[in-house]
Amino acid sequence: MEHHADILHGGHWYPRAPDWRDPLAVLLVLGLVVLVGAGARQMVGPLVIAQHASVTLAPDALPGYTLRTVMRMLAALFASLCFTFTYATLAAKSRRAEMVLIPLLDVLQSVPILGYLSFTVVFFVSLFPGNLLGAELAAIFAIFTSQAWNMAFSFYQSLRMVPHDLDEASRSLRLSAWQRFWRLEVPFAMPGLIWNTMMSMSGGWFFVVAAEAISVGNLQIALPGVGSYVARAIEQRDLHAVGYAILAMTVAIVLYDQLLFRPMVAWADKFRFEQTASRSAPHSWVLDLLRRSSLIRQASAPLGSILQRAAHARLTLPRHALAPRLPLSRRAGDAIWLASCAAGLAWLVSVLLRVAVPRLMWSDVAVVAHDGLLTLARVVVLIAIASIIWVPLGVLIGLRPRMTERVQPIAQFLAAFPANLLFPMAVFLIVRFGLAPKIWLSPLMILGTQWYILFNVIAGTTALPNDLREAAASLRLRPHAWWRKVVLPGIFPYYVTGAITASGGAWNASIVSEAVSWGPTALDGGGLGAYIARMTVAGDYLRIALGIAMMSILVIATNRLLWRPLYAYAERRARLD
Amino acid sequence: MSELTPASIQPDAAPAIREAPPVIELHDVCMSFAKPSGAPLPVLAGVDLTLREGEILGLLGRSGSGKSTLLRIAGGLVQPTSGQVRYRGAPLAGPAEGIGVVFQTFALYPWLTVLDNVELGLDASGLPRDVIRQRALSVIELIGLDGFESAFPRELSGGMRQRVGFARALVGEPALLLMDEPFSALDVLTADTLRMDFLDLWAARQLPTKAVLLVTHNIEEAVQMCDRVLVLGAHPGHIVAELGIPLPHPRQRLDSQFQALANEIYAILTARLVESLDAQRKGSPDFTQRLPVVSSHRIDGFIETLAAGSSNGYAELSKIAGPLLKVNELLPAAAALHILAFAELHDGAIRLTAAGRVYAQGRAADRKRLLREHLEHFVPLAGHIRAVLDERDGHRAPRERFELELEDHLNRQDAADTLRTVIDWGRASGLYTYDDATRMFGAGDD
Repeated sequence: MEHHADILHGGHWYPRAPDWRDPLAVLLVLGLVVLVGAGARQMVGPLVIAQHASVTLAPDALPGYTLRTVMRMLAALFASLCFTFTYATLAAKSRRAEMVLIPLLDVLQSVPILGYLSFTVVFFVSLFPGNLLGAELAAIFAIFTSQAWNMAFSFYQSLRMVPHDLDEASRSLRLSAWQRFWRLEVPFAMPGLIWNTMMSMSGGWFFVVAAEAISVGNLQIALPGVGSYVARAIEQRDLHAVGYAILAMTVAIVLYDQLLFRPMVAWADKFRFEQTASRSAPHSWVLDLLRRSSLIRQASAPLGSILQRAAHARLTLPRHALAPRLPLSRRAGDAIWLASCAAGLAWLVSVLLRVAVPRLMWSDVAVVAHDGLLTLARVVVLIAIASIIWVPLGVLIGLRPRMTERVQPIAQFLAAFPANLLFPMAVFLIVRFGLAPKIWLSPLMILGTQWYILFNVIAGTTALPNDLREAAASLRLRPHAWWRKVVLPGIFPYYVTGAITASGGAWNASIVSEAVSWGPTALDGGGLGAYIARMTVAGDYLRIALGIAMMSILVIATNRLLWRPLYAYAERRARLD
Repeated sequence: MSELTPASIQPDAAPAIREAPPVIELHDVCMSFAKPSGAPLPVLAGVDLTLREGEILGLLGRSGSGKSTLLRIAGGLVQPTSGQVRYRGAPLAGPAEGIGVVFQTFALYPWLTVLDNVELGLDASGLPRDVIRQRALSVIELIGLDGFESAFPRELSGGMRQRVGFARALVGEPALLLMDEPFSALDVLTADTLRMDFLDLWAARQLPTKAVLLVTHNIEEAVQMCDRVLVLGAHPGHIVAELGIPLPHPRQRLDSQFQALANEIYAILTARLVESLDAQRKGSPDFTQRLPVVSSHRIDGFIETLAAGSSNGYAELSKIAGPLLKVNELLPAAAALHILAFAELHDGAIRLTAAGRVYAQGRAADRKRLLREHLEHFVPLAGHIRAVLDERDGHRAPRERFELELEDHLNRQDAADTLRTVIDWGRASGLYTYDDATRMFGAGDD
């Protein structure tokens, strides 16, 4: 990793003089307006400028920036989809691959997303020296890491849960593996996959904003986009510009939801397995429009038939390619496979030790452990506070259908909204009133993710069967028993889902929320997130890695020791069959 | 108990009950829900009902007759739009002490054990914990759940779950027990056992309960259990008949008086059905006629069954109910045949028309043609859809259009059911097609 930074340092990576800024910015804005239709192509523009020189705070540049941010989201979505289809399928189909891939996925999922960014940005930039593409790829990769693991898990689980009768039916119809994949497995996994995509997309906005403006050591990148716009606004202490960015992001998220996800959810509804027609189906005006317009139907017909034919193709591998080459017993094969995996792991550990031991002290580990516990304490306290506030409110909202109808979309929007756009406001207030950053920076961690608790609790309350509510009313339960015996156990599985998402989000957010700045004023709240952020700025890869490893361990530990048992317990208790 | 002629309508079965103090009284109760447009949609109109001590009163009616709503009003779970509800002489506002409810779906809390579920029934009493525990245990024993105190509902069979439901309702020693189709989610044998066990406890006066209100769509169940039965008519729900059941317990199903009473109720229900089907044709526009949820396949099967019978397409509904179709499936099927003029309903009996007999004999193509003709003639909505499709260029029309027209006159559920049926019949007859992906109707094959 250091190696790449050296190359770049020796190359043409110097901050430019400020007087170059304006003409370039104008050029960039013009270029953006011209290239609005072909946002994707912009990504290969030459990376002439380091730092933030290319980003202007003029509000009329924002639509172009927003478009580029959205394009990154789309690109990452596509990459995640490709990853999901290959990785999850491999894990579901091959027992030996599963032994390695699934635990690996579990770890990958626990690594803070911005941690990936600190690591990979230099690598990607070095792939395409002198070109924006490397930096673009790094940002896209950061978003990719925020959704790919989730999606792959969901797809893998769906593949494992394909109903036995459908699987047998497709076998007796002698569908090839390729045909079975497209005609049975993908359709069956579709609703879950789309739901997971939508959920992780919510987090994606947060990371795309954070990933656009990043500096690792001497490498400073500001990709044109809303994130860089805000970073620039922070540097310039321009509260108006922050306001514009918030507005632009709001519009972008609403459009994304209406134009992409609503139609997809409505479309995927036909893949739902349960065959009851009573539940009201999701609707999307965009999808209705597309389906009803005969022009679009005719235009899309050729594409449809190509896809159809692709899915119909048999594409079987020749038999001998699948047959085992060596006459080994299953157990011996497993042993060899596991041994080679262990050897690979051992080699990695030895390399790591060789690099790390001479330069890391035990004192570093102690610092990281101390900071990790501080952040852990913050996460715990904040989740507790958010739960105390949002659980009762969510229940009260969920009991009123009218209010639910109004509040639920707002809560989902707030969860999707990148809270880091709001940090400047908070920092401004903290500086203004001279508050202690160690305490008052903490709430920023949960600013964006607390909404997951709220909307899951609302969803849980509305999902509470009506007969259970009527029974409670007819038994005239007192408030104590009503909360403790009826409502809280009823919403518990939903609450746990929300809390898991919220705490995961809080850990991720800590990297950008524990150390923030407002113009020249920098606030550092301490904690593991601040540590990683500091080391990222310093370009100290070893200590970034140490911080990330500590965070991953803490996240895995809380997942394993707290959330998973809790979820299994909740799920088992709420089941009636 | 005096000898009764089965055909008579005898509200005052037992004079002793007539003298007894009323437990719950409903006077001129009306209930309406708001339609999407905001206009009120009446589900109950002017219901008067008095339930006295010592009585089991049955509420019998088809779906849509508002019988469950009526039970919820009596339980204080739902406030009526107008009218008075008095429980033991005092106005009822919300769930009151001494009213227990047994739900069709059991409504057990899956995260609580049997004992916890039952103890919840005494939460409102404010009794000390050990007294609550003691009473819960004794009810559990009474109801036949001994040994299952620590089981979770998911570990129990349906019958055992409903026993927990009964125990929870009874532990509060309710004066009034409201039962909302308590046996309809159980299989026949289990339901019968549970019914008998309940009647045994009731007859032995082992229950603290003074009166029972039983909502059901099962005619035999009503005759088996009740002292008096109120038959509800639908749209909006109102009481159309009152029948005393003066048979001594235990009652035998094969007993001729039992059968005679059951037949009488069938006759009342079918008469109401015909009346309401005919009444619907007047008043509102033709095509807003409510259609029962009956698939074309069930129509086929039902016509074939009737035609295969010995008496030339004639059958008494009480005879074909049970082994072939449950009552709540039989009446809609009969209504569908009546609407399509493949059969006529009269006095609790159904008779195939000439067209119905031709249909029974016909091959698939003949049936399709005949169904299409009858759809166009006798189901105004189908004719309306076809006419709209014929008018339009491209012969396509969105579902929404008809949905909105229907929802002006029917509630949302009825409108959805009616559309579902008219789509099914239309598809089977080839009168028009429907694509649920685009939610569009299209002209059928000509």
